[in-house]
Amino acid sequence: MPIFDDELKGLRDKVLKLGYMVENAIRDSVKALVERDSELAKDVIRRDHLINALDVGIDEECVRLIALRQPKAGDLRLITTTMKITTDLERMGDMAVNIAERALELNEEPQLKPFVNIPKMAEAAQSMVRDSLDAFVTGCSRLPYEVIKRDDEVDELTVRNFEELLSLMIQDPKIIPLAIKRTYIAKYLERIADHATNIAEMIIYMCKGKMIRHTEITEDQP
Amino acid sequence: MVDDGNIFEIKDFSIYYGDFMAVKNVRLDVRSGRITAIIGPSGCGKSTLLRSLNRMNDLIISSRVEGQVLFQGVDIYHRDTDVIELRRRVGMVFQKPNPFPSSVYENVAYGPKIRGVKKKSQLDEIVENALVRADLWKEVKDKLNESGLSLSGGQMQRLCIARSLAQEPEVLLFDEPTSALDPISTANIENLLQELQKTVTIIIVTHNMQQAARISNYTAFMYLGEMIEFGDTDTIFVNPYNKLTEEYITGRFG
Repeated sequence: MPIFDDELKGLRDKVLKLGYMVENAIRDSVKALVERDSELAKDVIRRDHLINALDVGIDEECVRLIALRQPKAGDLRLITTTMKITTDLERMGDMAVNIAERALELNEEPQLKPFVNIPKMAEAAQSMVRDSLDAFVTGCSRLPYEVIKRDDEVDELTVRNFEELLSLMIQDPKIIPLAIKRTYIAKYLERIADHATNIAEMIIYMCKGKMIRHTEITEDQP
Repeated sequence: MVDDGNIFEIKDFSIYYGDFMAVKNVRLDVRSGRITAIIGPSGCGKSTLLRSLNRMNDLIISSRVEGQVLFQGVDIYHRDTDVIELRRRVGMVFQKPNPFPSSVYENVAYGPKIRGVKKKSQLDEIVENALVRADLWKEVKDKLNESGLSLSGGQMQRLCIARSLAQEPEVLLFDEPTSALDPISTANIENLLQELQKTVTIIIVTHNMQQAARISNYTAFMYLGEMIEFGDTDTIFVNPYNKLTEEYITGRFG
């Protein structure tokens, strides 16, 4: 394998590793919340620096490849896409830390009600991260378009979650501090889904050379 | 130069060396006042195509052409074409700097003299003007009578450009003009091409893809005598249409 192909493969592997770490952080932060496991929440917060370090490492590698290999065409789009999506992944990691912090606070209080919407949102957001990274590796397919569509489901769940909590708050203002923290968590998950959408949009750029960010997607064929 | 459409229109144009078809049915429009780069692996026909634009190929006995090359709308392969005049209007600069073995001044004054300019003051003006445009005047104004061959490689190449400019060409053809030069001389020539583009249409054949990317407005990719892809340089280097182009510019060819 030519050196450059080898280096690009190494770069892809690192992005996948970062994606895997972020996905785990999201899953564990929500698990720490739902199962009231504060040790797990602390673990998510402790592990965040590994995500940050890998993000920085990938950026440095991209800059090195641009300087030394002068990538063009598909290679260039792969590297620029990598630089953008690792930023999104790193931000998702921060959101998982925020969820873990809220979990630590909520775990100190009596449980308001069982979690219904939030696990669903977490599952959808995680699958969006997973599928967008699958698309990053497998290249052009329908997957990134499906990820973008799934963002609407998460948005709907966010609204539903808020409305349910709002009616509880109206009935019993004493629960407002707890309910607000729950709406924060839903907001974090909604942001995670937005970042996954950004990634999917960049994958489409990587495949087709066409920027679809900030446009209405009319075409969903790979 | 104001962009006023296509200065060259190459139509179903083929070039043969004996039985060998070096350029195959090429279609290409060259925009006036722009830099067009032709890239492709060795033997793809890019230099042959370039040389055909001012009929330098005529000098190769076995060569013949089919199709048309329109320069300002006129077929340059028509039998009434004044080839000497064509080569004045479409100048050429080669890979290796090739000044005449005479003084800096004589190198630049040669063309105008042949053309019939006799007055010393007029020749002086043409020489100075051409050397200024070639960004060489400051370096040679005190040694105009020294041999052109005493200059550095980069200076010699700019002398050759000045020699072409003294003929007031509308187009300059460059065949690998920096491949024998160091990076600083290369940068000087590239800056010069950007500057010249304002007054002369430039077509450049280069093996250096970064050079094509840096200086050209349009890029043509040739392979095995065929024009595989032609387009905006931005598009060719970011999102080429053809798989062969992609393989070539990303270095995964063959």
